Amino acid sequence: MLRFATAGSVDDGKSTLIGRLLFDSKSLFTDQWESVEQVSAQRGDDYTDFALLTDGLRSEREQGITIDVAYRYFATPKRKFVIADTPGHIQYTRNMVTGASTADLALILVDARKGLVEQSRRHAFLCSLLRVPHLVLCVNKMDLVDYDQEVFEQIEAEFKAFATKLEIPDLSVIPISALEGDNVVNRSENMTWYEGTSLLHHLENVHIASDRNLVDTRFPVQHVIRPHSNSNRDYRGYAGQVASGVLKPGDEVIALPSGFTSTITAIDTADGPLNEAYPPMSVTVRLDDDIDISRGDMLARVGNQPRATQDVEAMVCWMDESRPMRVRGKYAIKHTTADVRAIVKDVQYRLDVNTLHRSEDADGLALNEIGRVTLRTTKPLLADDYRRNRSTGGFIIIDEADNRTVGAGMIVG
Amino acid sequence: MNETVSDYRVSHLAALEAEAIYIFREVIASCQRPVLLFSGGKDSIVMLHLAKKAFAPAAVPFPVLHVDTGHNFPEAIEYRDKRVDDTGVQLVVASVQEAIDRGMVVEPPGGSRNRIQTPVLLEAVEKHGFDALFGGARRDEEKARAKERIFSFRDEFGQWDPKNQRPELWNLYNGRMHPGEQIRVFPLSNWTELDIWHYIADQDIPLPSIYFAHDREVVERDGMFYGVNEFIRPTEGEKTEVRRVRYRTVGDASCTAAVESNADTLEAIIAEVAATRITERGATRGDDKASEAAMEDRKREGYF
Repeated sequence: MLRFATAGSVDDGKSTLIGRLLFDSKSLFTDQWESVEQVSAQRGDDYTDFALLTDGLRSEREQGITIDVAYRYFATPKRKFVIADTPGHIQYTRNMVTGASTADLALILVDARKGLVEQSRRHAFLCSLLRVPHLVLCVNKMDLVDYDQEVFEQIEAEFKAFATKLEIPDLSVIPISALEGDNVVNRSENMTWYEGTSLLHHLENVHIASDRNLVDTRFPVQHVIRPHSNSNRDYRGYAGQVASGVLKPGDEVIALPSGFTSTITAIDTADGPLNEAYPPMSVTVRLDDDIDISRGDMLARVGNQPRATQDVEAMVCWMDESRPMRVRGKYAIKHTTADVRAIVKDVQYRLDVNTLHRSEDADGLALNEIGRVTLRTTKPLLADDYRRNRSTGGFIIIDEADNRTVGAGMIVG
Repeated sequence: MNETVSDYRVSHLAALEAEAIYIFREVIASCQRPVLLFSGGKDSIVMLHLAKKAFAPAAVPFPVLHVDTGHNFPEAIEYRDKRVDDTGVQLVVASVQEAIDRGMVVEPPGGSRNRIQTPVLLEAVEKHGFDALFGGARRDEEKARAKERIFSFRDEFGQWDPKNQRPELWNLYNGRMHPGEQIRVFPLSNWTELDIWHYIADQDIPLPSIYFAHDREVVERDGMFYGVNEFIRPTEGEKTEVRRVRYRTVGDASCTAAVESNADTLEAIIAEVAATRITERGATRGDDKASEAAMEDRKREGYF
């Protein structure tokens, strides 16, 4: 299963591309298509508007823009896909960050006639910030520039030059025409100069198995299972989803924050015990010793532990429209399965997401702003650098008064 | 799902299962009184199966709730009661008929009780103090659902505000709320109809018989075949006929249509679902066709 996020504004042909992928992979249903055609005809559109497929909310359809992330599903014989279709406008930066947070791959569209615009750079930066492992730049509407190789290569060179400032482990650039179907599902006859694969072929074959962290064993405890039945009276299991690394019966583990060590006696599931567990498995771990472990604690290896710290440095994206983040502000934090409170000690700088310029005189962050922040927490976070571990390096910030999720943070070393 | 693997991969279904189990466990940790919506339909059957797995060997730590429209397929109710008995969970029934009799809601013209389910659901939530409601909705079902979060926050009126949803990043779900508010939780968000069927087959989960092809007396309306029952009678000019059909979804018996099918085994159903060109709601629900934004409007009122 590949989760990918698409970014780009309506004018870049994002909806057309998604429509084309769904249509050509036979994932579009007749009744969905008919309802789109019907609405398009009623509105007097000259052509059927694919965006009606993906824009699910009335206000989106009325305004012709994507406001929130929509999730779509399709499959080919080779792979299952989840698309997080994210809005491209700057006022919806937070929604793009949301969609990118779980993506294996991000797709950025640009219009071949316009080349790179501010928005393309912003999307690339956000993908790099969220550590999306694979990036594909689709140079769309090649049909409108006569499938000109030079136009494509110029955009490609410009993007790669910008990408050197970012951390993008894997980048592909593909010339396409979503409307005509060139290089979307099938190789284009019109661009024989292009030697790479079609977009769908790339999505089907991109290697994601190595993106998971199988080195650092991290098991955040979600829930303690203690049956109240006579047959299982002594059962005590620690339920959770393996965040990273591999667990095996017989492994010596350390329980954090207590620091007690013990040995895994069994890894249970409802279908019986397992010989090993790794991401994204949800399992129940039993230990040799009866030590006090509860939700929010973490199992790790003695020789490979997360940092336990109350002083947290993070890149924060602020997501709240009503109140900006302020220095000295107090918030609730959710990190792995732990809930703590935190105070904002300092905003070291605010980053302009379009130019990557840092302003060091910031004293807070407003909606959609991103900056480097120092927090002090009430209890130590058991954390890793987000760059190394997306599961134990990310956290959300919650307003304690109204319980809304107001920010997202990525821990830096 | 146990698989012997050596390259640290899991199958697509195993990943979906692990995600759902994680979601069930998150809710137990952060909410006081969860409840699972259970109708005896295939999605809620999968939900109950996953809930059992999430807490094994302990019992499922919450009751199940059926908002009973009174327009039931007898096979679904029979099945519901059997599953509840087998699992040992407590069943809470909120009856729409009873609410009509009390005058709390008014029977709408046209026969569909879909819309008046909402106040009945909200009343039950208030009465029992439920704060987290597990629903089996999937994002592939309908385009407003494609926009909904896994933890979907609702105010004290049960209303969904699509423009004011909590951002949902990574697998960190914000389940905090004030007393009186509620969260709707959708562990099957990322499943497709085909995934549900593959999982039912893989796990060998028994189903109500109406999901399989059978001969039934039907009447054709708007290109759909409605089973003739106490709620659906042929009107002037309509004629009944016996056809071989099955139900793709099991909902309100007064507005859920069957599809023509010879699929009488899980394998045959899977082959049919894989080849079909019509979504399950489009093929079977008379009530979603009302308007482009029907589902969005209902959710705003507190509907699931």
